[in-house]
Amino acid sequence: MDQAIIIEKGIVIVAVFAITMLMAMYATLAERKIAAWLQDRIGPNRAGFGGILQPLADGLKLFSKEEFMPDTPNKFLFLVGPAISMSMALMTSAVIPWGDKLIVGGREVILQATDINAALLYVFAVLSVGVYGIMIGGWASNNKYSLMSAMRAASQMISYEVAMGLSVIALIMMSGTLSLKEIALQQQGMNWNVFYQPLGFIIFLVCSFAETNRTPFDLAECEAELIGGYHTEYSSMRMGFYLFAEYASMFISSAILAVLYFGAYNYPGMEWMAQNVGVNVANGIGIGVLFLKIFFFIFFYMWVRWTIPRFRYDQLMHLGWKILIPLAIVNIIITGVVILLFQ
Amino acid sequence: MSLDTVSLSGRKKEVVNNKMNFWESLYLIAIAKGLWITLGHLFTRKVTIKYPEQVRPVSPIYRGQHLLKRDEQGRENCTACGLCALSCPAEAITMKAAERKPGEEHLYREEKYAEIYEINMLRCIFCGLCEEACPKDAIYLTLSKKFVKAASDREDFIYGKDRLVMPLEMAIANTKTN
Ligand code: SF4
Ligand code: SF4
Repeated sequence: MDQAIIIEKGIVIVAVFAITMLMAMYATLAERKIAAWLQDRIGPNRAGFGGILQPLADGLKLFSKEEFMPDTPNKFLFLVGPAISMSMALMTSAVIPWGDKLIVGGREVILQATDINAALLYVFAVLSVGVYGIMIGGWASNNKYSLMSAMRAASQMISYEVAMGLSVIALIMMSGTLSLKEIALQQQGMNWNVFYQPLGFIIFLVCSFAETNRTPFDLAECEAELIGGYHTEYSSMRMGFYLFAEYASMFISSAILAVLYFGAYNYPGMEWMAQNVGVNVANGIGIGVLFLKIFFFIFFYMWVRWTIPRFRYDQLMHLGWKILIPLAIVNIIITGVVILLFQ
Repeated sequence: MSLDTVSLSGRKKEVVNNKMNFWESLYLIAIAKGLWITLGHLFTRKVTIKYPEQVRPVSPIYRGQHLLKRDEQGRENCTACGLCALSCPAEAITMKAAERKPGEEHLYREEKYAEIYEINMLRCIFCGLCEEACPKDAIYLTLSKKFVKAASDREDFIYGKDRLVMPLEMAIANTKTN
């Protein structure tokens, strides 16, 4: 029994890891394609059919580049920076419920690496450690641009984490649990949280842009002022790791958005399917539905990136502290009052 | 009507310097508008021309790669007089003349011809003065409809007769239409 569970979890973990990597890889292609389409171009289309092998070509190129090491006293930290970024981006995927259970050979296989009861806290903890990768890398580069970028990333992360946490508190008040699995189960059918928490969703969405360092909050790597930002001194696959981590965390935060607010793997008629066609089919479709939602959010991230310019630093702080945090508090109060009135 | 309100172009806009109100400072509406515009572009026709497969149609007087013309009987027009080299402001043309041997009348129209004729495309500025100078109607920039392609070696930009003389198929096609 114990062995079976280890094997089962092992398979789930490897699958999640592989899928996240694959997603991050193809998100780079998707980004370039979507950027091109939004600008009336067609994007990379030479490597493979329609450019499908482009990520492999990019990876190969990064691997074959010279690894440059700046003259810095913090050689160890310099090496550790990209690794932290990458592992933190991947660690969050452990608690995301990718689907309901599947029944394989009479056993229920839960499609989640682990269901911890404080999953939401875990997500926040890991997300905030992610900025250490940027800070350590920027600090160890011994370069003023990298350092400035690292400082920006840190202050931005701190500002937006508050609003993000507050917006999720309203959600927790409603669902009464921190476990992502239960939050997913509560949103059966079309009972999605976004309909009850529209304001909270918008705040969370805006903050997730800041947390993943995406435009319009990509001050940490703003080329116009800071050359390349925290990865100015990085080259070869170490820089590839940083870029890769950004796409991996974009995938993960899309998944979190989908699970928290867009009903995770639920779709209307799921129960009917489970009763009439079979649990496996119904839940299999559920996985597909979750991925569709994730794709939508990834597309949304890119769509926004190629639409609006980056915020100025003071605008960023203004938006975070003076607008999003008060709004999040108002949201909590409204949620509290509504819960009191209707229970 | 005061002069302040006149707009000759019809595009005059008053500048407003009001402070943003709360909803404007959320940027949400402005961002939604922007997203709508870019969404439209997602579905518009793409302007990219996939170059080697598709070639942009060039105008009839586009000055591309030079072409050393053959006449209606397929003979080379050029008589190696050197006027094109003389007129070239970029010193791009060199040539070596040779005398036509008996039995070569079907190859060269004049008694003297260019044994070697080279244009350095890195020097050429595609001004077309060589074309204007030529007394024998031998050199044209507008006929080949070809671009001078990029290369990784300087030597590759020195075009000899192998690449400049009008291909025989083109000459044959010309005799048929005439
Ligand atoms: S086009 Fe102008 S620059 Fe080029 S070879 Fe002719 S005369 Fe010289
Ligand atoms: S191309 Fe014309 S101008 Fe130049 S050498 Fe030949 S005949 Fe003379």
